[in-house]
This record gives sequence, structure tokens and C-alpha cells, in this order.
Amino acid sequence: MTTLTQPGAGAAMATPDASVRPVLSVEDLRAYYVLDLFGVKREVRAVDDISIRIMPNEIYGIAGESSSGKTSLIKTIAGAIQPPLTVVGGKVHFDFRGKSIDLYSGAPADLDAIRWRHLSYIMQGSMNVLNPVRRVRQAFIDFAARHIAAPSRRAFEEVVVAHLDRLHLSPHVLDAYPHELSGGMRQRVTIALATVCKPEFIIADEPTTALDVVVQKRVLAMIREVQREIGSSLLFVTHDMSVHANLCDRLGIMYAGRLVEEGATSDLFASPKHPYTQHLISSLPRIGDRTPREGLKGTPPNLADPPPGCRFHPRCPMAMEVCRTVVPPFVTAGKGRRVACFAAEPETIPDGIANATRSIAA
Amino acid sequence: MTHLLEVDKVGKTYAMGGILGSHRVRAVENVSFALEAGRPEIFTVIGESGSGKSTLARMILASVPPSDGAIRFEGQDVAAIKSRRDRLAFMKRVQPIFQNPFEAFNPLKKVDRYLFMTARRFNGVSRRDEVERQADEALRKVGLSLAEVKGRFPHELSGGQLQRIAIARALIPGPALIVADEPVSMVDASLRTSIVNLFMTLRDDLGVSIIYITHDLATAYYISDRIIIMQKGEVVEAGDARTVLADPQHPYSRELKAAVLSPDAAITGSALAETDAATLEPT
Amino acid sequence: MRVVFDLLRTNIEFAIGMFLLAIVVIVSALSFVSPYEPDLIYVVFPDMPPSAEHIMGTTSRGQDTFWRLTFAMRNTLLFGLSVAILSRILSLLIGLVSGYLGGAVDRVLMSINDTFVVIPLFPILVLFYFVMRDSMSWVGLAIIMACLGWAYDARLIRSVTMSLRTREFTQQSVFSGMTTRQIVSQEHLPYVMPIVFSTTMNNMNWSIGLEVTLSVLGFTNINTPTIGTMIYWANQHTALVAGVWWWILFPVLMVVILFIGLFLLAVSMNEYIDPRSRLSRMKGAA
Repeated sequence: MTTLTQPGAGAAMATPDASVRPVLSVEDLRAYYVLDLFGVKREVRAVDDISIRIMPNEIYGIAGESSSGKTSLIKTIAGAIQPPLTVVGGKVHFDFRGKSIDLYSGAPADLDAIRWRHLSYIMQGSMNVLNPVRRVRQAFIDFAARHIAAPSRRAFEEVVVAHLDRLHLSPHVLDAYPHELSGGMRQRVTIALATVCKPEFIIADEPTTALDVVVQKRVLAMIREVQREIGSSLLFVTHDMSVHANLCDRLGIMYAGRLVEEGATSDLFASPKHPYTQHLISSLPRIGDRTPREGLKGTPPNLADPPPGCRFHPRCPMAMEVCRTVVPPFVTAGKGRRVACFAAEPETIPDGIANATRSIAA
Repeated sequence: MTHLLEVDKVGKTYAMGGILGSHRVRAVENVSFALEAGRPEIFTVIGESGSGKSTLARMILASVPPSDGAIRFEGQDVAAIKSRRDRLAFMKRVQPIFQNPFEAFNPLKKVDRYLFMTARRFNGVSRRDEVERQADEALRKVGLSLAEVKGRFPHELSGGQLQRIAIARALIPGPALIVADEPVSMVDASLRTSIVNLFMTLRDDLGVSIIYITHDLATAYYISDRIIIMQKGEVVEAGDARTVLADPQHPYSRELKAAVLSPDAAITGSALAETDAATLEPT
Repeated sequence: MRVVFDLLRTNIEFAIGMFLLAIVVIVSALSFVSPYEPDLIYVVFPDMPPSAEHIMGTTSRGQDTFWRLTFAMRNTLLFGLSVAILSRILSLLIGLVSGYLGGAVDRVLMSINDTFVVIPLFPILVLFYFVMRDSMSWVGLAIIMACLGWAYDARLIRSVTMSLRTREFTQQSVFSGMTTRQIVSQEHLPYVMPIVFSTTMNNMNWSIGLEVTLSVLGFTNINTPTIGTMIYWANQHTALVAGVWWWILFPVLMVVILFIGLFLLAVSMNEYIDPRSRLSRMKGAA
């Protein structure tokens, strides 16, 4: 039952083609939590200088641990931020077919006009989307009826049933209340809901984390199938690198609010450049492999008070003198690859730093 | 042959519903296995949600009495533990580790409190310096020290640190058995490996047996000696971890193994087949 | 203590509430330096309007309204506090025990609890007055009201304790060898205390309101000076018709100040009660 489909087999590509415009371009985005607790001002740099481009029909994965800022990043991209999270700089630009929109450009963006029609979400807690006291049908009417030009309620329902059928879901789910469905079924319904308008961009935040493995695999297969069919771009966030390995065309690794490495999934897994990525990939357990794995020392930094220089340097086995003081630039490193690491890209080390390359790793 | 732990045809029924029209749910059905004394091992219980694996863990910890069968720890039926003195004696030998390190300590209290309390209650020490010495000794076994932990609140520590502190606390009384219910599922990837490695150190260097309850077949393969696979309260497959996971026999075990997403798929090709999406589960 | 200071600084409701309450407390405290005995009547010339000598005027019973008010306020405040403290103790005990132990204990305690919730209060209190008549002191009334005023909050505390019991840190405490008493009093009580504080304000408002109502209608010992009995005597002497408006106005004003002060405190406590905001404050201080 395993088919060997290479990730990236769709229209997506590791190297952005100049003729194809990205659906989403994020440039130098900075979003901080600005907290004012009883007169004490604090800044938590959850998203710090992040640039991403996501092409049409591409699955882009973001990997990061808790408090890496990945949730803040997608909230910012989705235009769903609330104080204390504030965009401090940079821009988020969507280029939909015939409609482009700049979030945070100053003018209040007309988000409602693009939600569901162009941009939709699949969230971890399906119960937050589905109203527990109303049938599933009502959720489809609430979210999608405005965006699907159907002459009548019946015609609208036909569109919905056809979509459910495409997702191998029985039309009977429309008559069910959310609590009558199993967790996996509920998550599939929310996926159907998020894709019924054939949006061009879908944001998925840990959509399978709460599910059992067997169900998780089916739900992931469904997400991929529907993405291929409607040709959307998908931004998929999870902490589970095994999911990324199976689903994503490209992958961005976040550490402490910054992107540290980006590349095509197969390249990244085959030859990770950043020491953090290297650790994440080598520490993944595999059935049939009992070679001892090394743990990573130290703990993720506190974003309110991140270490200077490279934020990973206190835990990095390859840390050098320069890593302590200078933030490594996020530079292109081969075809479709970007990385922020002085050890991987020694030519990015600035001149004039004494003992720049002397190892400081313990 | 002496058993450290003997789980003998254990079953658990929960009554659900109100006074009228209550129905019974079988959470665990006829589970038997035994851990031998003097041969520490990591015994893994694999199951998905609703498999009864957490109920089994609670029964072994004597927090929930079994409905059928018996659980004997070092020959004594744990259901017969009634007095506080017996309970303390039992807890000295059997300690738990919980799933969510951020939930495992009261957020309003300092974490060292649990370490000191454990040393006082189980080891009968009362002098402050001796209590602190024992806490420090246990923390050093998990790669921490009292200096790093003392006076800290849970929110000041990372998930990995908290889980290590929880393990250190469980080690203070010198238990023979640790029951760990999904101990790494909430721990970040970069910290998970060292926790899992720590379990192997406990087995090899301290001679502690560990019942490792998880849904993750990959870490189970990495650390376990023996495993059982549970489905809907019943054991469907049991045996040597490597043998079972390399070549599962029961259809459910095979399904589980097939569902594990391999990280190698990034290079060899995705395992997400479209036929999977078509497999409907009953609503 | 720092919490109080922080709240004073940053929470305007809390600051106003504290200010109003301070007025009430100062007025009550002045009763200790009163030049007149509380029980004596016709010690001053009656029905005098507010003046430099008698800042709130005098009553038709020949008492100085202001000094009379200090005694009344003190008694009313003490009454409210006693009811609140007694009923808090009851609801804490019953809520914590019921929530932590669960099972049969919980069922028995909660059926008693629900009985108290549905008892109609006012008729019961009137009934007590007719049975006990003059032996009904304010202490007696406070005890009766405390016995009737714990049930709602006990249920609230129970539900919080029940959810705490299922949390992992409770199991951690059990396996750290703590006794049930230690777990309830050291691990769970800190979560419940903010509820206790904020319901104290509401409970005082409730009990003082009822006491005033009962007194105005004459269903309490009318010889004890309280805000309620003051208004009762004013009504008996048809103060408003007679133009002795100060006899009614000042007690009513004081009780309104007290009510608003307690209400504002209860509202601002809600911020403190939310464990998330409490935790973020702890993080902020760390």
C-alpha cells in the first residue's frame, strides 16, 4: 500500500521559477509580544526577521519546538494576531489570482473578503471550528455559502456533497453533530470545510497532533490528496519531523523565533547543514535502528532574553567564537537552500573578529 | 522464580452514565504479564487512545483497583494495600512519571518541594542538609543539580528539565519499578532523546525496571526489551520488542506499524498513499 | 502585600474600592472616641439640621446623627465580616473535602448543599425572628445567616477542587508521600483562596443587604445600632415627613458607599482570580 511518490512531484519546485509568482511572500517579518505587566515592559521576540516565499501548489512545512515562535508566525501570516502580539516590522504579501493583499501595510486589510475563499485554516482542535450544538451542515452554510455562487440552497448542497465525495466522506456527516463523530472524522470534516471553497492558500497548524497514528496517516493522506487536486499552497506546521518528511515539498526549520535553515525536504533530510537540523534529523528514532543517539545539551532559550549572536550557540556542538556575538545571516547555500550558520557557511563570517573560528563548544 | 511484578488476568470495568440506564465499559480485558526480580528491563505497553494502556498503568500504581484478576508486586496483592503505612511502603518501591511535565508540578509551588517531601516521607530523613543531599544526588543521576533547581517555579524551567526533575523525584525512594505513562510525548524533539536515553541508563546502571507506556513505535523500538501491543483493552501481541516490531503478526500490529511515518520517506518517497485517504472509519 | 500595592497602582477599580472602604472603616473606628454613649437617647437637642457642632445634625430621639452612625457602621461592618468569615470557613471545608474525596462523601455533602441552595431565605429569617424575638442578638443572626450563606460558594470551590484532583501534579503529590490533608491545604488551597477572597466581598454585600432589609422592617433587635435599625427609627419618627432628612440620608449614603466599595473590590479581584494573569504576574516578577 506504499506508493513511492517523490515529494515535490507536483507543480511545486525547490527553486522558485522566476515566471511563477509566489502566493505568499513574507519579508523581514518581526512580530513581538509586547507585554506591560504592572508597569514592567517586556518584549518577547516570537518572530524575528523571517522571510519566506511560498509558491503555488506547494506544501511548505515549518518545523520547530514549543516556543520556537512557529505558532506566532502562522498567526501573523493568517492576519489573526491580537495584542500583546504586535507586528513590529516587515510585510506579509499574498498574491492570489486576481487579488493581492498586503497585511500590516498600514491600511486595514480586508481580511474578511479573502478568508475561506482564498485563505483558509485547518486547526488542531476541530471542536473550535465546529459548533457543538449545530449540525455539520450548518457549519458549511456558515463558512462557505457566501463564497460559493450557487443559485439555491440545493445547488450549494450539491457542491458540498460533491466535495465530501471527493474526500471520501459520506454525505451523512452533514446531518451529524460534531460529538457524534470520532476525532479523526471530525478533523476530516474540518479539512473538507477548509477546502470546499478551493482556497489558494491553506494554513494547517498541527492538524494531526491529537490523532492516533493510524488515523493520522489517513488524515495526512487526505490533506495531501485534496491539496494536489485543488492545487492550493499549503503551509503545514508541526513539531513532528516524520510528518514533514512524508508530506512537505519544502521545509523551513525555526529555532527561537528565527528561521535557521530552509530547503527541499529531500535535500534537507539528506544533507542537513545547520547543526540544529542535523540533530533533529539524526535523533529521530526509526524502527529497525537501535544505534545510540546523542541528546542535545541545554534547553531552548527564553525568547524574552535570547542569547546574543546565534541563538543556538549555547547548545551547538560546532559553536565558534564568532557565534557568540554575531548573528549569522540567512544566506543562500546551494540550489534552493538557505541556512544561517557560520560553521556551514564560513565565508559569511565577517572580517576583523579575533579568533573568530576558535571553537567554544564544551 | 520470583516476580517483581505480576499482572495476572487483569480486567477493569467502568460504569458509565447516571443512576438510571448506566452501562459498563470494559477498559482492560484479561491482561497478563510478569516482570522478573533482579533482571531490570524496559517493558513497553503500546496502544492508541482507548486501548486501556493508561488504565493499566493506574492499576499497576494501585491508584485504581482492578475489577478482575490481581496485580502482585513483590508477591503482595496491591489491591490489599489499605493502610497508609502499606501504601507508603508500596510507593517507595513503585513510582510514576507523568505525561505532561508542565502539569506534573503545581505551577504555584516551587519544584524542589516535591523532591524534599519525597526524601522526608520515604527515606525517613528530616535534617535539612541530608534532605538536600538526597535531592541533589537524585538530580545528579538525571544530569541536573540541586543548585539549578532549588527555589525555582515550574514556569522557569523547560519541559525537558521538568521531566528530568520528575524522574529524579521518582528515583529518591530507590524504587524497583517506574511506571512512565507517555513520558516524552509532550517533550520537545531536541530534549526527547536525552530523556529516552536516561531510561536506558536507569535500567542499566541503577537496575530499575521501567514500564514504558506509549503510542510511539519508533521510540519503543529504540529502548524496549519486551513489548505488548494493546487494542481496545486486550493484548493482541506480545514478545521481544525487536522481533515483534520488525515483523508483527497480528493484523492490528501490522496496521500500527504501517501507519508509522518514517523520516526516511523524505529521501525514499512518501508513505502517504491515496488509498489511505479512502479508507473510511465508521462514524 | 505586593499584590495589593500593584493592584492599587494599576487597577483603578481596586483603588476606588479601597478608598471607599477606607472611609467606611474610618467612620466605624471613630465610634471608639465617641463623646456619647450609644444607648443613651436625648443627650443632645433633637431635630437639629447639620451644623458645625453636629455635622450630620441630630435625630428626633436626641442623638447626634454622626456619632450614632459610627456605632451603626461598626456593627453593620462587623456583622457582614462575621457572616462572611463563618460562611467562608463552612464553604471551604465542605467544598474542598467534597471535591477531593468525591464518591459517597461528595454525594452526601452535595445533597445537603443543594438543600441549602433552595431554601427560601427571607421567610426563614423572619420565622427565626418571630420564634426568638428579643433573644435574637446580631451575633445570633450572623450565625444563622452564615449557615444559610455558604452553599453556592461551596459548590464553586468543589468544582475547582474536582478539576485540580484530576491534574497530574495531584498524583505527583500523592506519590511524593503527602497526606490528603497536605494536598488539600497546600496544593489545592492556593487555587481556591482567590475565589474565597472575591466571594467574601459578595457575601458581605449579601448579608448586609439582608440585615438592612430585616432591620428596616423591624425584624431584628432594634435596640442595637446598625445602619438598618437607624433607618428603622428614622421611619418610626417619620423623619422624611418631618423634614429631618439628614437622619435618613447619611445612613443610606454610608451603606451605598460600603456597597459600591465592596462591589468594586470584588470586580477587581476577578483579575487576580484568573490563574493565568496570576501566573504571568509571577513570571513578570521573576
